[in-house]
Amino acid sequence: MTAIDITAIDMNSTTRETRLGSAKRGYAGVIRQVAADGVNSSLPPLELESRLLELGFVEGARVEVLHEGIVGGDPIAVRIDNVTVAMRRREAMAIIVV
Amino acid sequence: MHLALVGTPNSGKTSLFNALTGSRQKVANYPGVTVERKEGFFVTPLGRQASVVDLPGTYSLRGRSPDEEITRDFVLGRASGEMPPDLVLCVADSTNLRLTIRLLLELKRTGRPLMLVLNMFDIATRRGVTVDAARMSEMLGVPVVTSIAVRKAGIADLLRKTDEFALQAQASARQNLWKALSVTELRATQREADRIIAATVSLPARPDTWTARIDAVVLHPVAGLSILALVLFVMFQGVFAWAQPLMDLLSDAFSTLGVLVHDTLPAGLLQSFLQNGVISGVGSVIVFLPQIIIIFLFILLLEDFGYMARAAFLMDRIMGGAGLHGRAFIPLLSSFACAIPGIMATRVIDNRRDRLTTILIAPLMTCSARIPVYTLIISAFIPDHLVWGWVNQRGLVMFGLYAAGITSALGVSFLIKFFMLRDYAPAPFMLELPDYKLPRPKSIALGVYNRAKMFLHRAGTTIFSMMVLIWFLASFPQPPVGADQPAINYSLAAIIGHALAPLFAPVGFNWQIVVALIPGMAAREVAVAALGTVYAIEGGKEAADQIGQVLATKWSLATALSMLAWYIFAPQCASTLAVIRRETGGTRWMVLTFTYMFALAYAASLLTYNVAVALGAG
Repeated sequence: MTAIDITAIDMNSTTRETRLGSAKRGYAGVIRQVAADGVNSSLPPLELESRLLELGFVEGARVEVLHEGIVGGDPIAVRIDNVTVAMRRREAMAIIVV
Repeated sequence: MHLALVGTPNSGKTSLFNALTGSRQKVANYPGVTVERKEGFFVTPLGRQASVVDLPGTYSLRGRSPDEEITRDFVLGRASGEMPPDLVLCVADSTNLRLTIRLLLELKRTGRPLMLVLNMFDIATRRGVTVDAARMSEMLGVPVVTSIAVRKAGIADLLRKTDEFALQAQASARQNLWKALSVTELRATQREADRIIAATVSLPARPDTWTARIDAVVLHPVAGLSILALVLFVMFQGVFAWAQPLMDLLSDAFSTLGVLVHDTLPAGLLQSFLQNGVISGVGSVIVFLPQIIIIFLFILLLEDFGYMARAAFLMDRIMGGAGLHGRAFIPLLSSFACAIPGIMATRVIDNRRDRLTTILIAPLMTCSARIPVYTLIISAFIPDHLVWGWVNQRGLVMFGLYAAGITSALGVSFLIKFFMLRDYAPAPFMLELPDYKLPRPKSIALGVYNRAKMFLHRAGTTIFSMMVLIWFLASFPQPPVGADQPAINYSLAAIIGHALAPLFAPVGFNWQIVVALIPGMAAREVAVAALGTVYAIEGGKEAADQIGQVLATKWSLATALSMLAWYIFAPQCASTLAVIRRETGGTRWMVLTFTYMFALAYAASLLTYNVAVALGAG
């Protein structure tokens, strides 16, 4: 059931960190950090962070971008563990992935 | 014994609730809020009476919306007028345990006796998931049962464990240590949940291939939109084509009943009250029941299958441009048949601001009650010509009226976003796309039954009293002896009509139209019959053509166009207003809806009339 594997985060990785909000369809990675500060959302940062955590977006979880919306590739459908979550790219900017 | 069901959205809570209680359900609202309260009853194998409440789905106890606050307060025993539950059943989708186990760890802090129900266990087994329930129970410190809510035998274990729990001399509630979790605690709790899952669940990491395959098509930018359009096309065919025979049947039945009353009772007040007030008044609303049933049948089927979340995904950006939530799409669409089911269906939108916006604009969608008015006026005034060689002019006008409704709805939503409800933050679009599941006929049937019951209950109470009022206005005072005009022309409705006539003169309405608008409060289409009455045309439905001919001689083209413009917005529908009041929990939004629609209707008619007169159509 758990796809979380802390060892999957290679701290010395040379791969570039990116934000889930700018990932293309087909991108797969691991969450390095959930940090909502400075993210342009209608929610206050702490609330956005809580909501993301409640949907299972915690550090170390594997994510994959499955689908993109029609207008500007927004929203996106993200696979996290066994759940698929639809979200706007704006909010997905709070999720830093490697 | 009182039980409560708690779980994340899509955990199969409701199907478990249906499996436990069957049709012994009571659906109502929690006091003061518009959250549905579902309670059911069952008897355990040892003969114990139990009640169970299906609480709104939630990911945590923080209470981010009125629904989630209900769940929190209920579990904590803070909900007013509610007994704290003796046992909380935390329901989990067995193929997807992470979020529920975290919720369960949070629930443990409340000190309430808990049980974890691993629901949809058959699907998990089929996908190769194995769960060590005994070890999980040990690690979590709460009893764990597996269940298959869609099968009768699937809940035997749950019922047995419930009896065992009751026999343990009521494991009483411990102290409540719950506080809203901080982000640090949330992370820690999720790690703890993931640790327990790693130790007790083995998963061959094989996601649901069916869901992936269907989504590849359904969420595809081109194919997805085409499928959505097809789904909507079938839905509309259903609502308009399949419902029509049933609606005709109902309408005939009501008029037969009316004639029966007319023939049985002596002429007089009682006869008029029963025939015109009760039977044709309430009947004019009840004829919409087949449409309402068909709409909800589609909505519940699509919801159960898992398609509704996908439709929201596809429409989110397009709707978002007008300040609407992706989930507002289906309620607004349903409003094309009738605003009542549309407004009732806004319950799927959990953010209050988004929901209010949707409710306010739903009546602008061209509902089917406007169609008789449109057809009457269009066929009487618009010549049946072809435009550009192939477009039927009447069809074009009809299309224009629909388009005007949609455009104005988007515009109003845009204005609401900017000028009102600013203190409510719009909810960001964040939605679980559940795995597809075959809809279960039993739960669909129960859902449709509950909606139909709710509608009929309203027809019997609020709508009934409105109809009595409208009948009263149209019947009193009675015409003097030897009156040569129809009775309505002597009534309060006529007095009001005459009094209001100067107000409506600038939009080109004569006093007869104003009088007809009053019974039109019952349902917009009733205005057609009322016009027949004020122009003294006898003979029910067949008279529609005749009414058209009379109108063509009595109205100018400008007046007719003004009337069409009026009906794009037409605030008068007592039932819609009553539903808005119920669903928003107050008179305020109802008054606001009436006022803004009236203002729009007046402005549109004023503009149309004056432009038409200026162009020589006066």
